Amino acid sequence: MSATNEQLPIATSGDVVLVRHAVRLAAEGAGLRHLDITRLVTAASEIARNTLIYGGGGTAAVERLDAGYRAGVRVSFEDRGPGIADLQLAMRDGYSSGKGMGLGLSGSKKLVDEFVVDSEVGRGTRVTMIKWR
Amino acid sequence: MISQRIPILRLGSSLLVSIQIDMDDQSAVTLQDDLAEAIVRNGAKGVLIDISALDVVDSFIGRILAMIAATSRLLDAQTVVVGMQPSVAITLVELGLSLKGVRTALNVERGMDIIRAGEDEGTTDVSDE
Repeated sequence: MSATNEQLPIATSGDVVLVRHAVRLAAEGAGLRHLDITRLVTAASEIARNTLIYGGGGTAAVERLDAGYRAGVRVSFEDRGPGIADLQLAMRDGYSSGKGMGLGLSGSKKLVDEFVVDSEVGRGTRVTMIKWR
Repeated sequence: MISQRIPILRLGSSLLVSIQIDMDDQSAVTLQDDLAEAIVRNGAKGVLIDISALDVVDSFIGRILAMIAATSRLLDAQTVVVGMQPSVAITLVELGLSLKGVRTALNVERGMDIIRAGEDEGTTDVSDE
């Protein structure tokens, strides 16, 4: 189902910029419309920063999806950080962990079509998002 | 990747910043610091930030813009953010960031009008976030 797969490191704030670029390229390639590209790149930027700041760094995988009848882009973030203790709370609208962001998870979720957070305390966090054309 | 410094131009009693690159977080923080110093050094009354080249403004950059606006206000200068793309505006609102307290205008010309009007009146109304 996936056409291309690109694995990117997230270790510096410069890497967050590179993730934005890779996601934009994939979204353009998948034929997403302008507004949806902006939404997806913004959501990816938020989560890439979470991966860096809260996860202590990690990776992003950018994939173009082509299921024949529909195309899209999937971006998966993974870190081996402390994990999220209370996922329900973290996903709540406007929740802030205190480091000043707080729009990260709930805000990003609104910008994409599918958004899954998988986290285990002490093991790390995986966030997967999909935007369909 | 090396973080880049965004140039600050002087335009009469105002400062003009045109963000032409996809800034990393560190560059945005540096711009915030540089602007505060430049306002004081030049006695600037207005700061115009052109973001028309930005395809994405996420929560971090949004907050930096809000902090620049708040800081410049304390230093007796008004910040106007100009040229926001419609898709950026829609995405910011959906994200939950309405940038209250940040004055905006559609383009540089209108932004300058706002700054000039503010200078004439001596004060400008910019509500707190």
